[in-house]
Amino acid sequence: MPKVKVKRKSTFIDMTAMSDVTVLLLTFFMLTSTFIKKEPVQVSTPGSVSEIKIPETDIMQILIDPKGHIFMSLDKQTDKIEVLKKISEKYGVEFTPKEIKDFSLLPTFGMPVIRGENADKATVEKAITLINQNKINEKNPIGVKLFMALPTEMQDKVLKHLGIPNDSLNNQFKDWVGMTRHLMDSTNRGDNFKIAIKADAMTPYPVIKQVMSDLRDLRENRYNLITSLKGGGSSFEESKH
Amino acid sequence: MAEVQQKDSGNKKGQQKKQTIRVDFTPMVDMNMLLITFFMFCTSLSKPQTMEIAMPPKKEDMDKIKQEDMPQLDKERAITLILDAGNAAFYYLGLPDYKNPQSLKVTDYSPEGIRKLLLGKNVEIVTQINELKEKLKSKQITQDEFKKQSAEIKKDVKNSPMVMIKPTDGASYKNLVDALDEMQICDIARYAIMDTTEMDRFVMQNWASKGALSAAAAKEGTLK
Repeated sequence: MPKVKVKRKSTFIDMTAMSDVTVLLLTFFMLTSTFIKKEPVQVSTPGSVSEIKIPETDIMQILIDPKGHIFMSLDKQTDKIEVLKKISEKYGVEFTPKEIKDFSLLPTFGMPVIRGENADKATVEKAITLINQNKINEKNPIGVKLFMALPTEMQDKVLKHLGIPNDSLNNQFKDWVGMTRHLMDSTNRGDNFKIAIKADAMTPYPVIKQVMSDLRDLRENRYNLITSLKGGGSSFEESKH
Repeated sequence: MAEVQQKDSGNKKGQQKKQTIRVDFTPMVDMNMLLITFFMFCTSLSKPQTMEIAMPPKKEDMDKIKQEDMPQLDKERAITLILDAGNAAFYYLGLPDYKNPQSLKVTDYSPEGIRKLLLGKNVEIVTQINELKEKLKSKQITQDEFKKQSAEIKKDVKNSPMVMIKPTDGASYKNLVDALDEMQICDIARYAIMDTTEMDRFVMQNWASKGALSAAAAKEGTLK
């Protein structure tokens, strides 16, 4: 009697179709999505029915967290360098080329400019201990110069406690916006330049009022408020964080 | 990872050996999956929406504008919307009524609240804009034409309401955006964000104390 031969089947699965599908999905994601910018604070924007999309270039985003800290971001690194140079002239704070370069690489900035600030080793060490003790806040801040001397993880940790001051005595926020407007106008991009305010839904109105009145003083009367689409639009984003 | 399979189909001379080349795509799929995961975590699908607002210029600049060019507030058409703490909202029509605490009415951000009120006051424009929207849907007009014509409609009508949005210090940013959103939904042509005035605060306190303030003032005779 002949032996029953068990037919050996190869376990080779054809992955070509699977590969097709994944490439298609990948293309879809690459084309439709935009990268999430690293922001020092997580804000959930209020919903609205407005469907105007935000432009991607020549935009200054003002980020406001519920505690009233103000952060800013500009889309071009070169713009950031130019604005920082103007600010350094105005406040009489000298920055080294490395500090300027590092500053331009920050996705979002928001620290006060402090005159005569030291950035030597001892001061940095002291600042790091203070950060670890959570003693750095808007009343006891770190200026741009010292901030740039900190290691990256310390920068991430401390940035959310800083923010650009915009009180009546020391309104640096106005200078930042004003300098940026000036730069845009002098490079013929003034018409396209837009200011967008991205604030948390729970931000108290007086904080917004102060920002709006600062902008009004600068004759910036048209700006955009960033909102998320009403009805589940933001829940997708929120669930990811 | 590619393998070449050879099939011997007889040893006839002159016939070429048939070769099937199979490429194993498994690592390719692995890599793609990894990339997809990366894109899903690091990007956001929804581009943020924005709401465009135009604020009035500051007072010094306002003075330069000619008086006749200034928008005149018509008390018949004015609606004052006060946004208070705890998501509360109030409104009164026309000028504040100091004597009657009932003139201040409670409303909310739901479709039954502000929206119902404003849609009711703004029927004329809303119906015209809706007609336009229908036309846009059935592609009788283009997006640009729609924008132009809706701007015309908003400019034209003289009896549309003027809404003054007055957030108090207790209100949140969300309340403000919600209120602005309602303006957009109800096609309100003229609205402004303003600070609360002494009168508004009086009316609110009067409402909260159910008319005690106006009664006291009437006693003293300070209220005209």
